[in-house]
Amino acid sequence: MTDAPQPATQARHVPDRLNSSAARLFKSWEALLLAVAISIFMINSFASPYFLNAWNLSDATFNFTEKAMIAFAMALLIISGEIDLSVASIIALASTAMGLALQYGAGTPELVMVGLTVGLLCGAFNGFFVTVLGLPSIVVTIGTMSLFRGISFIILGDDAFRGYPSSFSWFGQGYIYWVFTVEMLLFVIIAIIYGVLLHKTNFGRAVYAIGNNPTAALFSGIRVQRVKFILFLLTGLMSGVAAVCLTSRLGSTRPSIAMGMELEVVTMVVLGGVNILGGSGTIPGVVIAAFVMGLVTFGLGLLNVPGIVMSIFIGLLLIGVIALPRLWAMVAARRKA
Amino acid sequence: MSVFKKLATSVALAGAMLGSPAFAQDDVRIALVVKALGIGFFEAAAEGAEEAAAELGNVEIIYTGPTDTTAEGQIEVINALIAQQVDAIAISANDTDALVPALQRAMQRGITVISWDSGVAPEGRQLHLNPSSNPLIGNMIIKLAADHLPDGGEVALLSATTTSTNQNIWIEEMMAVMGDYPEIEVVATVYGDDLADKSYREATGLMQSYPDLDAIIAPTSVGIVAAAQAVVDAGKVGEVNVTGLGLPSEMAGAIESGASQSFAIWNPIDLGYSATMLAYELSQNGVEATPGAEIPMGRMGALTLDENNEGAMADPFVYDASNIEQFKSIF
Repeated sequence: MTDAPQPATQARHVPDRLNSSAARLFKSWEALLLAVAISIFMINSFASPYFLNAWNLSDATFNFTEKAMIAFAMALLIISGEIDLSVASIIALASTAMGLALQYGAGTPELVMVGLTVGLLCGAFNGFFVTVLGLPSIVVTIGTMSLFRGISFIILGDDAFRGYPSSFSWFGQGYIYWVFTVEMLLFVIIAIIYGVLLHKTNFGRAVYAIGNNPTAALFSGIRVQRVKFILFLLTGLMSGVAAVCLTSRLGSTRPSIAMGMELEVVTMVVLGGVNILGGSGTIPGVVIAAFVMGLVTFGLGLLNVPGIVMSIFIGLLLIGVIALPRLWAMVAARRKA
Repeated sequence: MSVFKKLATSVALAGAMLGSPAFAQDDVRIALVVKALGIGFFEAAAEGAEEAAAELGNVEIIYTGPTDTTAEGQIEVINALIAQQVDAIAISANDTDALVPALQRAMQRGITVISWDSGVAPEGRQLHLNPSSNPLIGNMIIKLAADHLPDGGEVALLSATTTSTNQNIWIEEMMAVMGDYPEIEVVATVYGDDLADKSYREATGLMQSYPDLDAIIAPTSVGIVAAAQAVVDAGKVGEVNVTGLGLPSEMAGAIESGASQSFAIWNPIDLGYSATMLAYELSQNGVEATPGAEIPMGRMGALTLDENNEGAMADPFVYDASNIEQFKSIF
């Protein structure tokens, strides 16, 4: 972040988008989102005397940390032109598997392993149908959305798994230091990993290339299907991580766990500036979007705003943030003409 | 990652500018958390809570809940309530177990937590308020039939399935108090499996097998509606009285036609009222929720806690022609 002379390799820098004005627009998107986040923070601080309290803000992070973990992997998947709507159902199945493992006497490390493995397997299942059989991901994952949760319902029915060991509750209820939770740490680590993966590696460049033009990417020597398969694996794995955190936080498993979370994850990704049609988007954008959604729901919650009004607010926010840059672009284009 | 830096500095700035505003709150704030907003039953409970608040004087009711009936949604609501340092949370839970960690945190921060209607596991609340109890329900269903049979008569039971736990317990409790009604004879028990058509056929069969039948008791909301319809269709309105447990919205027609004189179910207004009173007693008057304790709840009398710190509010509330109009739009 210094003004030192750019290294020579900078000349070969490939932008996230070829169109430079779009790239500028993209930058302004993050700035806009950040402005939204800050203004929501300020409004909340004025609106409720309870908002600016370290413990309260710490509690509020639970509103988005688990969703954001999945959103990072989902962002890559959506940038590549695919989507996974089964993530919430993967959580249900992974959580149910952990509950089953618990019945057979699994300890905390085994429980975590089971959760992550089931997540990976579900991701592989989705990936197989999309990349090997060439089916559209939206169809496949709508199917597995019912399938994975259906298995949970068959196993659990009206019942619940409970009695997770107290060491297991560390993931969803533990604190690293003062108000900083374990989930926050995981959120930061995962954000950095995905930020580096998308913005600093060949793999990340391949993801953008596939999203913009899979055929061209293929002819450029990118193994398109393999990259996509890995992205499904990652989304599954992140759902597994979220399942561990959520199960730990709830201390029990029911088949209705995380119901409807997939839409909130997709909302977070789109709000973060990822193009739903693929090809563009950034991890910092998703990070800010996670904060925006967390701040909005918590701030409105503090004012005891009914949940349905909250949904309306999130919907308007999403449409507003997406529409504003487009409107600006239209106005700018008209001025030029 | 300059974005993060910007965010961090702005947040720090905002914090420094605003400081932490001092806040005085004189009212006792009791949060009534429901399974989901927009359900008539819970709106009525909130009405009862407001009634209790008005009676107590210095109480503010926060009526809240998630959009859909999920445990995660309720946890977000609970977190927001903990942050506001409300005095008490009275919750009808979407999940017996998943809310326990969040509610335990609320209790650790000095908030009174009780559950009502749909309970939380004992470690996650101080007490649980049941709308009624099995003995009270068993007694009520036979009393409803007997009240309209001053000279005694024949009654039959139309239950759900042979294995329905609740119905079997209620019928058992009813049989236990039959000694109080020597003139009443229970002639048969049939099972409609909680299916409308099967319940209807069983009720029709009862009237054919026992021509002198005076009342059908259906302790199930499906059975009672089907039985009332069967009585209307058989032209036996006024001869056979259908009673038991039902929902006012579904039973309004049967009350109107006269097929049912009266029936019973919990009263959500009383439930919200009692929950608020109990929460107030625990948080403001230093009442301890311990097994055997008797906790006053205003006009509803007192709640006696059992070994699990659970208690039954009252007899099921009786609905008849005098009050069905008021309740049929509620639930």
